[in-house]
Amino acid sequence: MCDQTFLVNVFGSCDKCFKQRALRPVFKKSQQLSYCSTCAEIGKLERERPKLPDVELHQVAERVEALGQFVMKTRRTLKGHGNKVLCMDWCKDKRRIVSSSQDGKVIVWDSFTTNKEHAVTMPCTWVMACAYAPSGCAIACGGLDNKCSVYPLTFDKNENMAAKKKSVAMHTNYLSACSFTNSDMQILTASGDGTCALWDVESGQLLQSFHGHGADVLCLDLAPSETGNTFVSGGCDKKAMVWDMRSGQCVQAFETHESDINSVRYYPSGDAFASGSDDATCRLYDLRADREVAIYSKESIIFGASSVDFSLSGRLLFAGYNDYTINVWDVLKGARVSILFGHENRVSTLRVSPDGTAFCSGSWDHTLRVWA
Amino acid sequence: FRVSEDGEGRPRAGVRGRGQREALHLGALLVRHGYLYPLRDPRSLALRPDETPYRFQTPYFWASTVWPASELDYAIYLAKRSIQRRGALLDHEKEHYDQLQWKISHAWDLVVTQAREQLRAMKQRRRGDRLVITCQEQAYWLVNRPPPGVPNVLEQGPERGSCAASRLQTVSTARRGACHSPYLKFSSQRGPHDPILSGCLPSNPWVTDDDTYWAVNAPTAATPTRLRVERWGFSFQELLEDPVGRAHFMDFLEKEFSAENLSFWEACEQLRYGGQAQVPALVDAVYQQFLAPGAARWVNIDSRTMERTLAGLCRPHRYVLDDAQLHIYMLMKKDSYPRFLKSDMYKGLLTEATVPVETKRRVFPFMRKPRHCSPSPALPTAGPGGGGED
Repeated sequence: MCDQTFLVNVFGSCDKCFKQRALRPVFKKSQQLSYCSTCAEIGKLERERPKLPDVELHQVAERVEALGQFVMKTRRTLKGHGNKVLCMDWCKDKRRIVSSSQDGKVIVWDSFTTNKEHAVTMPCTWVMACAYAPSGCAIACGGLDNKCSVYPLTFDKNENMAAKKKSVAMHTNYLSACSFTNSDMQILTASGDGTCALWDVESGQLLQSFHGHGADVLCLDLAPSETGNTFVSGGCDKKAMVWDMRSGQCVQAFETHESDINSVRYYPSGDAFASGSDDATCRLYDLRADREVAIYSKESIIFGASSVDFSLSGRLLFAGYNDYTINVWDVLKGARVSILFGHENRVSTLRVSPDGTAFCSGSWDHTLRVWA
Repeated sequence: FRVSEDGEGRPRAGVRGRGQREALHLGALLVRHGYLYPLRDPRSLALRPDETPYRFQTPYFWASTVWPASELDYAIYLAKRSIQRRGALLDHEKEHYDQLQWKISHAWDLVVTQAREQLRAMKQRRRGDRLVITCQEQAYWLVNRPPPGVPNVLEQGPERGSCAASRLQTVSTARRGACHSPYLKFSSQRGPHDPILSGCLPSNPWVTDDDTYWAVNAPTAATPTRLRVERWGFSFQELLEDPVGRAHFMDFLEKEFSAENLSFWEACEQLRYGGQAQVPALVDAVYQQFLAPGAARWVNIDSRTMERTLAGLCRPHRYVLDDAQLHIYMLMKKDSYPRFLKSDMYKGLLTEATVPVETKRRVFPFMRKPRHCSPSPALPTAGPGGGGED
């Protein structure tokens, strides 16, 4: 983190790999060189990487205390969607959520009271992505319309929410995931056209696009790092890729899954991320070591994992599966802590609340459940 | 095949119940997907945990073959059933049958001929085999043409593209050993702050319906809790992300006459995450206030970074202040932040911090506490509206 230098708009031949790229100044022993962003990041990783032998995470974690008896129950069931729930997101106020479904309906709930506060019908079906703005004043959603639209939330009875809709992102295939960055003004999207893109909400301008996946991109997550410059995406090409938001370059790639990666989520410290895939496993990838460090799988789990998220401390990994269950994994020891039943169809989406008091799961059985 | 397996493979004390539930669940899914079927004339594919016999479905009919079940095949099947039962089909089957008769009227002779042929061929088989083949076929069609009210297990969602050759040259670096102790350290440090792991005081709102926890931990609470103040000591990022923590840190910096550093950092964040249209104006404002020679709140950046930043200002973009912002961030992180943690101010905050009292478990659970509504953040308030500000 210490000596990271930033992008200056200079193009030329990189001093390390000699490719024609956008260059940044890098200082080595008080000599200034120009590296492309990829070489700069690799150099940073190589310096930071500790020279230790390969020991598995669960071996090191043997000395950690085991978790006690684990009891989590459904505390709220949100009924109101007329069809499969595909995506949900929490508001920063820790109780409101937005959810979207196959029939085009997007609903904002106060999940604590289970009241519906807003509802809007999209002009397309299969709304696979939705996100709550950090301010709590708007939501974004999209799906088979290939677009991401932002709806400001209004309580004015005379105003139709759909009237103020802003079309922000345009892709050439379905929208699979979207997320606001640190403010309401920028949105990051992932699409079935194999690309991710960063957009300015106000003007709809494309700020940066990210090419590199060999197939549909299904998920993304922004890094919780101090400098907030990277994000990870997962796709049908079985790859998880970490991107530099400013230059659009792929900084790291991980390819150990055996099937589509449905969900990626950063570990709370930002040093690692977990992924859930159709190959029925979840995996943990360490960014500094640049490799997979744990696999969460069981012989009795044969259905794909659709959605993963960490608890606040990063000790637990919640994963929703296509066999209607949610498995809770001990991240350090690699063992399953609990299995949660309740949904009557695939679990399609799962997010832990911003303060870690509960998590919400959405399913193809038309309901959402809050567990605590 | 009987339902008696233990899903875990090894029964363990206290876990047997859960293992059995998992086994039943997995078994039920296998039946629903048609890999197992109940032997005695099934109307629905469900797993009954009794002595009902089940059989493995023949691979020809497995859903994994992804062989599309055509309308023609279904028509032939329904025709066979209709002949066998002298027209007594189930309601939804009758509906489908009529529809198909209309849709493939041009090939209906073929359908009827095929149906009769297959029934004739069946008569030549042993009674036992006939029963099995009928059940197999019935199970297959229950999966591929589910009756009304039964969800279609074969539905996969929108079609996904297949994997083309990778366009990106993967960075091949020697992957070295991983250092795992950061995970252990992080998780053990944060464990007591994780409500799902360690509970939270006074109580978890979702469990007790009491939202005091949220009131006590509101973003702008006047007296932060002890756990919250402790978190400010975990990392500089935690301190800045908490509005109350950031405000106290600003007070501290003011005492040290370096508050312009934090203000500069905040202005840079606004630039990075703000609207594209505001970029030139914001860059100019930041320059005037923090970077221009003789500026009112001049920030102390090293000459190299300052040179580069000023050079970049002639073509302002949202990342033009990144170098300077990082420099100031590191300055605060390495210098002011550790001093803040050692300061009397912080120590005072720790001692003054509250520790909420645990809510006693409700003795009479039916006297449920009313769940309070809270004002939506989308409601217009007196202060500045949404967008832009973190």
